[in-house]
Amino acid sequence: MSRARWLAEELGPPLAGVAGVIGVWAIVAALTDSTAVPSPSVVWSSFLDGIRDGTLTDAAIKTLIRLAFSFVVAVVFGTALGLALALNGFARRAIRPIVVALQITPFVAWVPLAVIWFGATERAVVFVAIVGSFPSMALATLQAIRQVPPLYERAGRTLGARGWSLYRKIIVPAALPGMMAGLQQAWGFAWKALMAGELIVAAAHAGLGHLLDPRRGASVPTLFAALAVIVVIGVAVDYLLFGQLDRRIRRRRGLLIEA
Amino acid sequence: MADVLRTLADPPSAPAEPKLALRDVVVTRRTASGATITATDRLTFDVAQGEFVCLLGPSGCGKTSLLNVLAGLVMPSTGEALLDGRPITGPGPDRAVLFQEPALFPWLSVLGNVELGLELIGVPAAARHDIAQRWLANVHLERWADAQPHELSAGMRQRLALARALAADPGVLLGDEPFGALDAQARELLQREVQRFWVESDDRKTFLFVTHNVREATLLADRVLVMSAAPGRLLEEFRIHAPRPRDLDDVLISRVVSEIHTLLMQEVDASVAREMAR
Repeated sequence: MSRARWLAEELGPPLAGVAGVIGVWAIVAALTDSTAVPSPSVVWSSFLDGIRDGTLTDAAIKTLIRLAFSFVVAVVFGTALGLALALNGFARRAIRPIVVALQITPFVAWVPLAVIWFGATERAVVFVAIVGSFPSMALATLQAIRQVPPLYERAGRTLGARGWSLYRKIIVPAALPGMMAGLQQAWGFAWKALMAGELIVAAAHAGLGHLLDPRRGASVPTLFAALAVIVVIGVAVDYLLFGQLDRRIRRRRGLLIEA
Repeated sequence: MADVLRTLADPPSAPAEPKLALRDVVVTRRTASGATITATDRLTFDVAQGEFVCLLGPSGCGKTSLLNVLAGLVMPSTGEALLDGRPITGPGPDRAVLFQEPALFPWLSVLGNVELGLELIGVPAAARHDIAQRWLANVHLERWADAQPHELSAGMRQRLALARALAADPGVLLGDEPFGALDAQARELLQREVQRFWVESDDRKTFLFVTHNVREATLLADRVLVMSAAPGRLLEEFRIHAPRPRDLDDVLISRVVSEIHTLLMQEVDASVAREMAR
């Protein structure tokens, strides 16, 4: 298959979906004819303004740095916790319900607490993003490990794997597809929690979440433009990075049904 | 002409120390519904160093449980399992296992599967590749080294599992109906390969295979142990002295096959009758 055709087949359907959304949006904006629903073209020019004067790009960079930090911490901590819970039955029974409770807690609820604990600082925002996303990673890791077919473990042990080598060489690689699901979920949660944090906490430097706040003088078109940037970055990373990684892992193992 | 003896009382002509030994082993296992069933009933037998033994019995007679005890994956409720006279406390690379499914690791290439086995027994990285390649060539898979296991046919996968098991140079190879799920041609090829490896291994490895295929057992084994229906005990022992490679059309072999088959069918009928009377 040629590269152009591959791109068309790969990107055609999602782009068609986006075009549909923009179409519906344009129609709604035209029908309502109110400043509350700016048309796509107004938002587009606001987006270009934001790029030109740097507010949007600065905010996006600031947010991405926070996000990268929070996400990496959440994934590393979540994976380690999930592994620990899988290894130790007592820890699992003691700690798993707490992690589930954290998972269920709406991440917005952490924002006031974070402000009380850390003040209206950078740390408060990052804290909310980490707490909002690591439980997904921990629970997915635990679940993925517990679903590894016992045959792999038995085969590994008869080949001489034991203790740590059993986990490193057999159990964790076998659990990887399930852990990928946790990674993608944690990514979504980290984004949402970070936006909630940025929206509420007035940290020193503005992030994308701040641009969503009308109290800080955000116009409706700016708000839409910021929202669009958030969504596009979030989806692009999920689709191009995690999605492709997941497909590669599955294809290698013969788990991918090619359409 | 090779002679076929059929004895239970035959004194073991084995050396002082059997390679594998079971002493009054009772295995119980728990069913999904929570009931405890006795899989084997005080089983005692030896397997001599370099011997090829097949364990035959009706399904559910505890053959697999027994093999798992020797593999170290299951502990007996009472009695003991010995390797070189020492109690078996867990699995280890000195006893390779061929499972009914090949149990290959799908995240590794064909070559990677063999290399992992070598890595786990501490073969240095530099030496792994060549040893693994040699074993792939041994089972005619050298051209598939970079493929993934899911790209292989069922027979090729089990050949790869055989290569992975033997690459670590274990003293014992345990097989849990390893060819049961294969088509007739693939099974025949693997039976030939297993015979070849057993004959060719310098220090004569000890092979113990569980099967419910009478012809397979007769083709492969020095000794066929026939087990009763559950809870499994030893019914009868057949020594087969025919030279290798063996041919199923051999008059002698086919006589033994039919003899074992008759015995086995009697046991199956009896167990069905017992089930009905219960």
